[in-house]
This record gives sequence, C-alpha cells and structure tokens, in this order.
Amino acid sequence: MRPRTRLATGALQALAIAACGGTTPPPNSSSTAELEAIYWARTDSTRMRFTETDVQFVTGMIGHHAQALVMGALAPTHGASSSVQILAARIINSQQDEINRMQQWLSERGEPVPEVMIKGTELMVHGTEYTLHMPGMLTPEQMRELDEAQGKEFDNVFLRYMIQHHRGAVTMVEELFGQEIATQDEGVFKLASYIQADQLTEIVRMGRMLTALSDLPLSGAR
Amino acid sequence: MRPPATVLWIATGLMVLSACAPSATTSEAALSSPGPALAAPPIPDPRIGLRAGLFDAGEATWNLQVLSSTPPPSEFIGSINTDLAFTGNYAIQGSFSGFQVWDISDPSQPSLDRGFVCPAAQSDVSVYRHLLFVSGEDFGGRLDCGTQGVRERISPERFRGIRIFDISDILNPKYVGNVQTCRGSHTHSVLVDPRDADNVYVYVSGSAPVRPAEELVGCSDRPPGEDANSALFRIEVIKVPLARPEQAAIVNSPRIFGDLVAPPEHGMSPADISRIERAREEGIFVVEIGSDPYFLPPRFVDPLLDSIAQASGRPAPTAADSSALRETLPAIIAEIVGHYDTPTTGPTQCHDITLYPAIGLGGGACEGYGFLIDIRDPVNPKRLTAVADSNFAYWHSATFNNEGTTILFSDEWGGGMGAKCRASDPKEWGADAIFTIDDREMEFRSYYKLPAPQTPQEACVAHNGSLIPIPGRDVMVQAWYQGGISVLDFTDPARPQEIAFFDRGPVDSTRVTMAGSWSAYWFNGVIVSSEIVRGLDILELLPSALLSQNEIDAARSVKLDYFNAQAQQRFIWPPSFALARAHVDQLERAYGLDSDRIASVRRDLAAAESVSGAARREALMELTARLEEEAARARNPTRVRVVAGTVRSLANATR
Repeated sequence: MRPRTRLATGALQALAIAACGGTTPPPNSSSTAELEAIYWARTDSTRMRFTETDVQFVTGMIGHHAQALVMGALAPTHGASSSVQILAARIINSQQDEINRMQQWLSERGEPVPEVMIKGTELMVHGTEYTLHMPGMLTPEQMRELDEAQGKEFDNVFLRYMIQHHRGAVTMVEELFGQEIATQDEGVFKLASYIQADQLTEIVRMGRMLTALSDLPLSGAR
Repeated sequence: MRPPATVLWIATGLMVLSACAPSATTSEAALSSPGPALAAPPIPDPRIGLRAGLFDAGEATWNLQVLSSTPPPSEFIGSINTDLAFTGNYAIQGSFSGFQVWDISDPSQPSLDRGFVCPAAQSDVSVYRHLLFVSGEDFGGRLDCGTQGVRERISPERFRGIRIFDISDILNPKYVGNVQTCRGSHTHSVLVDPRDADNVYVYVSGSAPVRPAEELVGCSDRPPGEDANSALFRIEVIKVPLARPEQAAIVNSPRIFGDLVAPPEHGMSPADISRIERAREEGIFVVEIGSDPYFLPPRFVDPLLDSIAQASGRPAPTAADSSALRETLPAIIAEIVGHYDTPTTGPTQCHDITLYPAIGLGGGACEGYGFLIDIRDPVNPKRLTAVADSNFAYWHSATFNNEGTTILFSDEWGGGMGAKCRASDPKEWGADAIFTIDDREMEFRSYYKLPAPQTPQEACVAHNGSLIPIPGRDVMVQAWYQGGISVLDFTDPARPQEIAFFDRGPVDSTRVTMAGSWSAYWFNGVIVSSEIVRGLDILELLPSALLSQNEIDAARSVKLDYFNAQAQQRFIWPPSFALARAHVDQLERAYGLDSDRIASVRRDLAAAESVSGAARREALMELTARLEEEAARARNPTRVRVVAGTVRSLANATR
C-alpha cells in the first residue's frame, strides 16, 4: 500500500518514511501483536484515500448494477432459453455481490449508502443525490419492451439491452480512468478494472448468443 | 460449541458437496482401494466453521503439514502480497509495495533477507538467471520506485510495464531497466528459447486501460479497424539480451486474437451429447449453434429436402437426399446465422499465458477464451485453437500436465474480490476446467472446484498453482485465496480428485477482505504459498492412502535451479529406489499385479538396495528381466513395464 493523497494519516506518513525506494528494512523484530496493530491501522487509513470522483463512480455503479438485477429477474418468467436464464442468473449473482461490496466501500468511508429497492420492473435507489441517468441505462420504454417480450423474442431483446447496459458500465469505467486526477484508491482501481474486464467478456459472450439467435424456425434443445 | 443454526448450515453444505461429482465418485473409488480407510476426505469437512483472525485464525489441514507461517516485515504489512518466483534457495514474493526476498533453505524457518520497496500493482514476478522481472499496471507506479504515487493523468514519471532487476547479488537488487507498455503489465511470462542462448523473451499481458499517446507515444485505444496501431487485441513480446538487459525492448506485438471464428463453446454436457445422439438415431436433424444444439423441426427441414429431391429430378426425397442435406446443412445454417452482425470481436487481451517450451505450446487464459498457442518461434506466437465455456466468467491461468496432454484452466469469477465458493454458488462457476489436448485441439473433460464451501466473508477464487512432480500422475497444488490451498489429482482428466488441503478462517468475520493464498507452488520438495496479507506459508505433503511416502520422495528428487509457474519446465526424474517404489505403489493401487508378487518386488528392491556396485546392478537387472517377463501375464501390463523400465534405469545408473 502506498500513501498517495494528502489524506494520509500519521500511520501512513510513518510508512512513507520507512519505505523510501530501495532501502533495506531493518530486521523483522516486531511481535505478531505489533504487526497486527499495524495491519488494522493501515487498513483503516488506506480507506481514507479516495476522491469525490471515486464516490460518484461507486454510488452510480450501484444504481447501474441494480438495473441489471431488474432485467435478469425477468428471465425465468418470460420464457427465456436456458442459456439466457443461466446468463441472467450469473449476472444477478455477480452484480448483487458487487453491489454489496460497493455499499460496504461507501459505508466504511462514511459516505451515504444508496439502498436498492426493486418492485417488478420498477427500480428505486434511495439515499443518493446522484441521478440514474447513466450510460447504457434502459429507458422506461426499453424496460417495458423487455417486459412485454416472451420466449425467443425476450432472449433477443434481453441480449441487445444487456449489451447496451454493459457497454454503459464500461463507458463509466473509461470515464473514471480518464479523469485528470488518476484514481488513487486501490479498491476502486481493482473494482473498476474488474467491471471493465468482466463486462467486456460478457458482452462478447452475449454477442455470440445473439448471433446464434437467428430467425430460424428452431426449437431450442434445452 | 456451535449454535444449532451453524450445525444446520454445515449439514446443508455437506449435502451440496455430496450431490456434486466428483466428490461422490472419488469417495467411492477411495473406499474400494486397498490400504487404510483414510483415503476419503474427513467428514465433516474441517474447513467449515474455522475461527476468524489475522494471525490467529483457525486452521484445517488434511494430508499436509504446515512447516512455517511467517508474517510479512512491518514495511509490507497491510499491503497485498502477490505472485512467487524461485531461484536457488530463495523465494521472491511480489507485493503491491515491491518485492520480498526470502531465504527458504530451512523451510521451517524462512528468513526475510531483503524487502525492496518499489510500489506497483500487481508486481507479478519472474526470474531467469541473474534477472528479475516485475510487472506494473496501475496509475501510481513510478519509474523511481517512489511511494508517493502519480496523480496526474499524463506524467513522465509513471511506470506501467516491466521492470528489470539484476539480482546477481540477490540481497542488493539493481534496477537496470524498464520496458513501458501501453496497457501496463498485469502479468507476464518468461520464454526461454532452447535455440537462443543470448536472449530471453517476456510475453506481456496487460488488461488495464490503454494510456494516452501523450504519455507513451503510439498508444491507441481505438479499435484496430480504425487504427492499425491499436494497443487492443495484441500481446507484447519483449526481447531481453542477457548481457545487456537495459537494452530490452518490444520486438513484436502479435495479434493473436484476430478472426476468432472457431466454434467457441466446448459446451455440451454428456447428457446433451447422448440426447443428440438419440435424436440423430431417430432421424431428427440437429445443428449446433454456439454451444447450443438445435433440433430442426420438419417445417424447416422438409422444404430443403424437397428442393434437393427436385434438383435431382425425383418426386420425393430419398435417404440419399437426406444424407446430402446433412452434409450441406452446416453451410446453410452458417449463411442464415451469418446475416446477423456480431456486435463485438472477441477478447482484446490475455490475463495470463503459461509457456511450455518443451512441447512448443503456450496456454493462454484470455478473457472469455482459453487458447492453445504455438510458441516455437518465440517472437511470432500463433494461436492454434480457442475454446470458450458458458460457465466461465474470466479465463485466468493455465497449467499443463507434464506430458502436455492435458491442460487445466482456472476461472477468476469475481476477480478475487468476491466470495465465490459459498455453498450456494454452483460448482461449475468459478471452477477449473480440464481439457485434453489431441492433435493441437482441446477437448473438455471436467470441472474442479474447491470442494469445501467457504463463508460469505471469504474472498474465494480459483487462482495460481503448479504441478507437483509425482511420477506417473498429474498432481497439482492450487491457491484459492481465502479458500486456502487444495491439492488435486487430475491424472484422469474426467475425474479430478482432491487429495490434500490447507485452509484458514476469514481475516474478518464481518466483511469481505483481501486475504488468503494468492499462489501456491511446489518448489524442490515443499509447497510455498504467498499469503496475501499474512506473509509466507511453507507446507509439506504427508503420506496417505492417496499418496505414498515413496511418491513424495520421488517428487522431492526432482530439483530445479529456478521456477516460474508461467514458464513450465518438463520434470525429469533421476533414477532412484524411491522412484521405483513409487511406481510399485501405483501398481498396487491399480491392482496391476497380485499382492504376493508386489511384496516380492518390494523385497527384491530392498535386497538390491542393501548391496552396492556390481551386485546391486546385477540384482536390479534380474528384477527387470522378471518384471518384463511377468508383464505379459499381468492384469495391468503397462504399469508393470513402467516399473521394469524404472528398475532398469536404476540398474544402468548404478556404478
């Protein structure tokens, strides 16, 4: 870990002094209890290295992910093919976990934690001043179209809109990484990098699935 | 001790376990095998319900012994430990803060000989001779190793790429060079070309964002269609002159991702396959689109058949028309499907590439795909084939078996930040996928996932591991973050089986934190594990009904000068009594020879070992002859011949 902002606490400044590039550290004479104390102190102070941009990104991404939960929950009741149902279940599993992690990230930093409420296709995100107008978010009309589709038509609309939605998340990551002040929070860097890699990978997969959904009068085998 | 709710949860976890192959099959196999009844994993699994703690967490081990657990030096406490590389008596452990040099010549008491502070994520490390390579990808790494980070979006002080250190004097590493790359280096792999003694090659995988051209000339994140120089859809090949490492430079940026049109999904389960076979037998037309089999209804097929019959001047289709249609159907389907635009173009990067120069192959774990790569021309690697898997989220790393006939890919579902080994998480998600390699194509065989459920507070993910040189078997040790360490036998690629494990409780029982084993590798007789926050663990294998002391001793007889997990070296076992006995143990386990004959072979080996020189040689040659003569009548002739061959090599090596 490294101190990179002026928010560094005393513990971190001490680290910076001890950790000048390339010096040989003194022999490790600290007791386990001392090391544990250092661990918790540094873990706490590391948490305080973040910017307003990080908070905006994390807060926004909670709402963004939440819409994917709404979309995914429709798959079992809208006659989706089993491959789309599996995809939807994976998206729900992953994005719900990430929402929990992002909520934890905000709460540990004393920032307002948005609460997600889902009722049918309606999504409400409480406790944040940030808007839900984010790249890739489905409009109410698009959400209605998805909800009205069934079977193979649902697969088609779901895949197209989930690609749009994922691309939006990738755009949000690119915007974060394009800031004049680079991301300093390790957790946000890791999370954003992962969202980018994971969702790009899923976009490719959904592209393949969409390609496979031809207008053949086929009945899916499973 | 535990509240009833916990007990109930444990019972549920076990049910999940026993309902999933391979656990059920391996337990049966273990119970029916000779030897002590300890072959089956302990029940209940002791990994469930371990106490939380940083340096005092509860621990569970099975067929492993912890020799030492050494916390990081205070300078590195609170940072993230990453990958390992080995040279001589040293383990080099990467860290987001730099790297640490451990002397592991006494594995029960490793000593930190050097902590080198030079921050970068993730500090993936490799060694080759006197050189150490370290990866950096984040925005805060600095050319001067400073700890203050880099705040500006564009900065001449930023380092993203490969750092090169001269470790001729390993206690005083000299920072001798850098190669900056557009996407930095998330991981890298060192390629030793057997025909080039003057250079070593480094393949760079970078998954982080492309940096602006204002920071590094020529970098572009536009798609290759818009900019031929795009930093996407390529890896970097760095050539490092061993005598002048400071002159290391990128010599090629091969585009191994292009035209990814091969059938991408390995897809079908045995149940699907048998269903398709049944359908085909019934005369139903089946096509595969992606990984999904589609059964063509008559209203689609009949008009096609009619038109084929018409073209041949027949009033109604015949069996010949039917088989003609079967041949042309894939093309017809391809044409119809082809009308749809594919919105994307496949992966833009690999997460990691494991190079196995002895067989000329690399295994690429590349976002949504697993690649086989031809690496015989080090500067110009070429993709041979690609597989995808709808159960895989993110292809993370690859490990070949020693023969190069099997490859295991891991899925980094959750990116190492999520708790993805909960009882509720499917066993096919976030698992290893095992493929056999035949004629440079990969065929899916099975999944392997850490069999014990972990708590929702433990970040758990299939991570880095390496082969253990057990002769005659494919055995690997693998890290699973807070899922601990799992040793698996995948000799039968369709039935991987856990044979040993080590696990700790979470660091914090209230929330998910980064911790656990990042990498667990075998090196010269021990298993070394890089604990993300707790330091360095060293373990040794214990004999069990699943693994004999002779097999462990034979594994320990393989000595390497250095080791990087992503640069596989072929294991060669020197002739030894342990090696011969290991093969005898395997012969016994496979019921390859009657038990009185097994006992007799063991007596003969002991007798030969008790004498020396010509007498030993003669005794071993006699045993070889007897075994070869017996092989033809044995239940398992191949295994008997393996024992005979091992004894013969031992005789030939006897002076």
